[in-house]
Amino acid sequence: MGLLLAATKVDMAVFAVAALIVLSGAIGVVVARNPVHSALMLVMTLFGIAVLFVAQEAHFLAAVQVMVYAGAIVVLFLFVIMLLGVDREENLEAEDLKGQRPVALVLGVISLAEIVVLGGAQWATGASATGGAASGPGPNIEKLARALFTRHLFAFEITSVLLVIAVVGAVVLARRPPGAVEADDAAALEEVGS
Amino acid sequence: MSISGEWYLTLAAALFTIGAVGLLIRRNVLVMFMCVELMLNAVNLTFVTFARMLDDIGGQVVVFFVLVVAAAEVVVGLGIIVSIFRRRTDATADDLHILRG
Repeated sequence: MGLLLAATKVDMAVFAVAALIVLSGAIGVVVARNPVHSALMLVMTLFGIAVLFVAQEAHFLAAVQVMVYAGAIVVLFLFVIMLLGVDREENLEAEDLKGQRPVALVLGVISLAEIVVLGGAQWATGASATGGAASGPGPNIEKLARALFTRHLFAFEITSVLLVIAVVGAVVLARRPPGAVEADDAAALEEVGS
Repeated sequence: MSISGEWYLTLAAALFTIGAVGLLIRRNVLVMFMCVELMLNAVNLTFVTFARMLDDIGGQVVVFFVLVVAAAEVVVGLGIIVSIFRRRTDATADDLHILRG
């Protein structure tokens, strides 16, 4: 009993710290003036989410979260920020659309209240599992792989098609038409020369 | 025994709301994109929480697919942002009025 209580206290502490990290990182993303700071705050939030995944026995997803999100996606964000050269402080006071911020905040509070009120009564239906149990003996990754490569095999194959489409799309989007390259280079040379 | 799922779901709701509000109030397209990522992560957290509450591995499989789709979405979205804002000095959504009639 004492061990159980201690474990619960540790769980509570882990959840509290991770939740604090997640929420402060999320607020940091929104209020940071510099996009680079926003990206670093996003890393903080993603690590907090990974901790919450571990706390809920989703070990594989926590590892993938850190590698794909905090590793690849945020680095991609930082690349684009540096490539575009927009890593400058932004004036957050400027408001092009009058009253946009207060309305957005009110809408946010309303939607949060709505989620909590609507979902608060019945979070989960309690329906029994159909896709295989998440708990029980064996590692998490084995159960995930079993579900992924049996029930969800078709969706898994479709994601590979999606990734190929995304790669082709990124190449097509990032490629400049042949005529524009010379024009851009000439303009850049003129800028350097002047 | 770990703590109950309601806490996780409340946290996810708060994270989703912060992401939505950030998407509405920020004008830098890159920061808006990051706010979309926050919302995606909030939903991932609810999926993992429901996977634990209902003892169903399917929730974690969905999160796996969300991660793949999010990676593809970021690649294409950032490609679009780069191609639009290549010749500009700042990436502000309000400057995109070239489609105005």
